[in-house]
Amino acid sequence: MSYLTDSPLTIEPLLDEVRSPERGGIASFLGVVRSELGGRAVLRLEYSAYREMAEAECARVVAEAEARWPVKVGLRHRLGTLEVGETAVIVIAAGGHRDEAFLACRQVIEALKRRVPIWKREHYADGGLDWVDPGALAPEQG
Amino acid sequence: MVTIRLFAAYAELVGCDTVDIAVSAGATIGELLSEFRRQVPAAAPLPSRLLCAVNLAHVLPSHVLQPGDEVAILPPLAGG
Repeated sequence: MSYLTDSPLTIEPLLDEVRSPERGGIASFLGVVRSELGGRAVLRLEYSAYREMAEAECARVVAEAEARWPVKVGLRHRLGTLEVGETAVIVIAAGGHRDEAFLACRQVIEALKRRVPIWKREHYADGGLDWVDPGALAPEQG
Repeated sequence: MVTIRLFAAYAELVGCDTVDIAVSAGATIGELLSEFRRQVPAAAPLPSRLLCAVNLAHVLPSHVLQPGDEVAILPPLAGG
C-alpha cells in the first residue's frame, strides 16, 4: 500500500479500505486544486515529493491518529501535474461515531500539511511560475 | 563525507539534487549546514533556518550524524 500516487484520485476505493459494519461514522476531507492564489489565476499545480520520507511520514501520521482515536484512517496524496478542480489529497476517518471520525480526519490533514515532505509549483494564467510557501501566505490559503 | 539530498525549490536554486559535504565525524546537523553554506556558494540565498531530515524523519539542528545517514534539506512543505 502506498500513500502517494501518480494517478487521479477517487474517493470510493479509499472508502472501501476503511468501511466496516461497526464503523458507523465516516468523515472525509478532499483537497482540490483551487483556481486562484493570492489574487492570481492558477492554471495547474505540479506536486513533487521526497517520496521515501513522505511515505514514512504519512504512515506515522496515520498511526498517531489511529492510536489516539478508535478509527481507521485512509490517506492518499497525488503527485504530478494537476489541473484546477482535480483532487490532490483525500483523508477518510471511519469510527464508531462521528466525533472521533471528524477529529481524526482534521488531525491527519493538518499533520500532513505540517510534516509530510511534498511541494507544489503553481502555473499562473499570467505565465508566472512559483513554488508555493504556505508560511508566506495567510493560513487559510495554505 | 555526507551526501545531502535537495528537493524542489532548493534543488533548483543550488542546481543539483545532491551535494557532498566534508564534515568531521560526530558533526551535528547544524554544523553540516554551516559547512554546506561555506562549501556551496549557490546555497547563499537559502533561509537561515532550514528544515532537515535524517533517515526519513525530521530532526533538529542538534541531531548528531552517524556514518551512512541519509540527510535531506527540505524547502517549506506544501502538501495538501
